[in-house]
Amino acid sequence: MAVKSNHVTIKGIKDGLVFLLDDQCDFEELLTELRYKLEHSHQNILTGPIIHVDVKLGTRSINDDEKQTILDILKKKGNLLIRTVESPPIGPEAEPLTGPVVMTGMVRSGQVLHHEGDLLFMGDVNPGGTITATGDIYILGALRGTAHAGVEGNEEAIIAASYLAPTQLRISELISRPPDEWETRETVMEYAYLQDGVMKIDKISNIARLGRDFNVFKGV
Amino acid sequence: MGEAIVVTSGKGGVGKTTTSANIGTALALLGKKVCLVDTDIGLRNLDVVMGLENRIIYDLCDVAEGRCRLNQALIKDKRFDELYMLPAAQTKDKNAVSPEQVKDIVLELKKEYEYVIIDCPAGIEQGFKNAIAGADKAIVVTTPENAAVRDADRIIGLLENSEVESPKLVVNRIRPNMVKSGDMLEIEDILQVLNIDLIGIVPDDEMVIKAANSGEPTVMNPNSQAAIAYRNIARRILGDTVPLMQIHQKKGMFTRFKKFFGMG
Repeated sequence: MAVKSNHVTIKGIKDGLVFLLDDQCDFEELLTELRYKLEHSHQNILTGPIIHVDVKLGTRSINDDEKQTILDILKKKGNLLIRTVESPPIGPEAEPLTGPVVMTGMVRSGQVLHHEGDLLFMGDVNPGGTITATGDIYILGALRGTAHAGVEGNEEAIIAASYLAPTQLRISELISRPPDEWETRETVMEYAYLQDGVMKIDKISNIARLGRDFNVFKGV
Repeated sequence: MGEAIVVTSGKGGVGKTTTSANIGTALALLGKKVCLVDTDIGLRNLDVVMGLENRIIYDLCDVAEGRCRLNQALIKDKRFDELYMLPAAQTKDKNAVSPEQVKDIVLELKKEYEYVIIDCPAGIEQGFKNAIAGADKAIVVTTPENAAVRDADRIIGLLENSEVESPKLVVNRIRPNMVKSGDMLEIEDILQVLNIDLIGIVPDDEMVIKAANSGEPTVMNPNSQAAIAYRNIARRILGDTVPLMQIHQKKGMFTRFKKFFGMG
């Protein structure tokens, strides 16, 4: 039997052997090669005193049966003592960490920015502009337009803005109009960045102009 | 290749046509080769403000539909050899031309002229789309009123999603005494909301109305405050750094009297 490909790499470390098993190839193919190497090509190295073995599976995730199959093959060689089997956590696909999605830009009059989930918006929402989310809305900038959080009925949702002077606020089904007279507050959030080696300060609403790979909102 | 600048506002009556006429004339005054284009089909005014109404033979629609050559439709200004105007049609509506047709015409004009100033109609419909089709840059005109600022914001939003470079703002018709008494929106507040670069502020000036009625752009009159403001804008378009005009009230007889005696 000829094994052309090399899916199984055996490396010696100071106190044992490491079996590096390829994580891209077919699993059956991998087993065949492993058996072949143990029984034929590397026979002489694998006889003698007890050797500690670490098995590394890379990014391949395997179930318990598959793991047992690998162990059985290795156990056939009496001198191999399996110390560890390293593989990615088994179980449901690791859920990506859900945090607010960050967007920048400017919601101008007549524009609507809608987001499914929590939204962190860096920029201004102008009068006549609307920002909506099924979750929370955090605005780093001025909210002068309308914000609607928890649009699908989430009453736990919140709206936060560094400058809160909305035309109207809505959370879930509830609509609120700010008092006719707002106290005049002046809070302008700024950010610092480097340009040609010089630190510069600008308003947060200009952050989209940085040209970084931000999620910039382009409304119509 | 010249540069095409569209003058737009969203809201009507804030001074788009006046601004177009005056910026165009001011650029010509500074020795530039300029062509003004009126895209307000059906409600053309630019020709009236420029005092060229009675010279119109062909218009934008005639050029678009191939009834005449572009050069035949262009009207040479009374005052400047290097200032021309392409009038809009009065008998049709905005749908009479397409953005592609306007784009082609503007492109053709840019080969010949250093600046093509496009006067945009009010609104955000077809007329607006026609006007911005061929433009490289945009000037948004607003007045210190909430309604005008709101519409300017809408227009800026639309411009930001078009091919046009980020627009510059002109705040028109500022009344010095009202700013002083705090009854008018302050420039700083307007900029806070619109968040675009300011290219000029123009004080409210009765001479502008007088000039428009006589078909002579205000900018020709060096005694007018608005004229100086428009000249400054033209210089900024050319890349000069010109400080913003100080908006102040005309001094009354009494303060002048005090000043005379070294008391003011």
